[in-house]
Amino acid sequence: MLTGKMVRWAMRSLGSGGTALPGLVVERLHPDAARQLASRLGDTALVTGTNGKTTTAAMLASILRADGRDPVIHNRSGSNLLRGVTAALVDAASPLGLPPARVPAVLEADEAALHSIAQAAPPTVAVFTNLMRDQLDRYGEIESIARRWTETLAHIPPDAALALNVDDPLVASLELGWAGRVVRFGIEDDAVPAAPDGEISDAVWDPTTQDDFQYSRRYFAQLGRWHTRSGRSRPTPGVFAEQISSNEGGMSFRLSVPAGQADVALSADGLYSVYNAIAAAAGAVALGISIDPIVRGLEAYEAAFGRQEDLSIDGRRVRLLLGKNPSGMNQALRTLQRPGMRHHLLVLLNDGIADGTDVSWIWDVDWESQAPYCRSLTVGGRRAADMALRLEYAGLPAPSGPPQVDVGRALRQAFDAVQPDEQLIILPTYTAMLDVRQRLGRMGATKLWDAAA
Amino acid sequence: MTSAALNIAVLYPELLNLYGDRGNARALERRCAARAIEVVVTAVEIGDDWSPQSADIILAGGGQDREQRRVQADLQRRGNALHDYVDDDGVVLAVCGGFQLFGNHYRGWDGEIMEGIGVFDAVAAHPGPSIPRCVGNVVALWEGETVVGFENHGGRTYLNDGQEPLADVVSGFGNNGGDGLEGARVANAFGTYLHGAVLPKNPHLADRLLRLALARRDGSDAPELAPIDDRRARRAHAAALHTALHSGPSTDLPPAGSRRASGESRFGPRFA
Repeated sequence: MLTGKMVRWAMRSLGSGGTALPGLVVERLHPDAARQLASRLGDTALVTGTNGKTTTAAMLASILRADGRDPVIHNRSGSNLLRGVTAALVDAASPLGLPPARVPAVLEADEAALHSIAQAAPPTVAVFTNLMRDQLDRYGEIESIARRWTETLAHIPPDAALALNVDDPLVASLELGWAGRVVRFGIEDDAVPAAPDGEISDAVWDPTTQDDFQYSRRYFAQLGRWHTRSGRSRPTPGVFAEQISSNEGGMSFRLSVPAGQADVALSADGLYSVYNAIAAAAGAVALGISIDPIVRGLEAYEAAFGRQEDLSIDGRRVRLLLGKNPSGMNQALRTLQRPGMRHHLLVLLNDGIADGTDVSWIWDVDWESQAPYCRSLTVGGRRAADMALRLEYAGLPAPSGPPQVDVGRALRQAFDAVQPDEQLIILPTYTAMLDVRQRLGRMGATKLWDAAA
Repeated sequence: MTSAALNIAVLYPELLNLYGDRGNARALERRCAARAIEVVVTAVEIGDDWSPQSADIILAGGGQDREQRRVQADLQRRGNALHDYVDDDGVVLAVCGGFQLFGNHYRGWDGEIMEGIGVFDAVAAHPGPSIPRCVGNVVALWEGETVVGFENHGGRTYLNDGQEPLADVVSGFGNNGGDGLEGARVANAFGTYLHGAVLPKNPHLADRLLRLALARRDGSDAPELAPIDDRRARRAHAAALHTALHSGPSTDLPPAGSRRASGESRFGPRFA
């Protein structure tokens, strides 16, 4: 384990912000390292799913701290392959490399890496947020991820709990293959607006019964109150949000857990943030945490790394809203669509491995709905030309200049349209987010590195 | 010229919609709107009362194998009507899963056969879940011009003797990664593996479909379409061309969804 410590030290000395490389080195030298390092952990929560896992994991870690459990081992910054978990464990190991003992861990797991991570670090609770189309060039089709998850359940300790989003029929169906404890979470609020017609959904029908999923209310994607003609229906959640409202600073809602109710004021915006909060609350309930620390932990949560992260630069405000797949981007856009709002937008589309090399997904995003809420538009990133065409066809105003492959040029072009006291909204894919965040740092943006590893 | 709207029918958009192919209808709509050609887009789902005779252009996109299986019976039911439509020079663009279903049959990864409607004299077969999918940017030559897109398919398509391909592969896999052919064409029916979506960034292909459809509707020779501002479409075409030719076929992408690897690969960390 000293190897990892030394790599970590060398990288820090060189000023690199890389989070997973020490894990990768250790993984190569000691293939069994993660399992050994995780062997004496305390409560271990794994958080997986397509959207929301970084935020959910950060919220759950915040809850654990509010519950007086400090330190908490946590692979931040979305470094969510086995090597990222290994790196977080290396970081927490003693100077001589002894595994951390009785320390709780909140580990974000890439949906395709869940299997290896669950075997290395057997969970006390596994939280499943949702399952949606994402980076189909890497993951394959949604069905294959669902199949792998089901296979993984056989390797999770039988005394562990699953925390399942019952509003997502694909996640709720995991219960069919699990004999152990389940904490169900969902939204119970008839006032939440329904998804627009035609918004993309990744579960139209139920492979177990062949029936179509029907909804008394669909919130977004395939999330909602679903049922089928043959009698399957959304299980009743034990952890849920109701009386949801959106306000200037974020979302407010009433949280119910089996042992009580409380009001929560989240600093994060959008219905997807409420889902992240109740996912974290369900994970906490599974770990036996009571409602007071849950609420304190959720309210103490600050945006994680590019996900609704607010920065300030020369009197201008910047908000980073990561969007990397149709449902995630649709939800990010919803937070910008309030009456009277008109935004300066910088949309950055890269096609790196971590973004998905296929940019077809931008055609499945409801950009059309954003047209009335756009004041100025700049388009950048390696596939800026594709995005410029997509946004033209969506009816957004003409961009302030040509598509800029270089993110720095795109950023300058966007800022030209933003007056002091105004806000620039940046909608980047993953690698574009890393790039633009680093550039903003060099330009002197503040409140930037809080969440960095 | 009649003043009737151009009717675009999209087959099974709720089920065959995985790869952004809804961009094809959007491109046709916008290119017509720029020329003051009225368009009506109709979604056709399983069980809907719809006849191909009412259509001027039929679009079908790609979906997962299980969604393809789901639409198969409904498509079979419409098979004769769709054949009549193609025999009558009706315009079709069938992409990926849609292309496979418009062929003779598709053998899925589990070996189960899905009968197609045989518009294209082609068979598709999935070599099995452990064989890498054909994934990556594609450049092909169609009538001397480049077409660009992104392919992501497990099944391999083989054209029978006499079946014309749509295009020749310059870079990428195309139908099967072996014979250098991409797609298929019968009369005015076009089959292809290209997503992207394919029509927005291939405006010449989009306009060809429109011209064929207008000619058939109006009983005339293919009309010249008014020129429109195509700078963004051409730029997207050029960017896709550049990406394809500089990245090459990507069989070595981390096969996170396959059983070959655990999702941990030599590529950079996977991020949320």
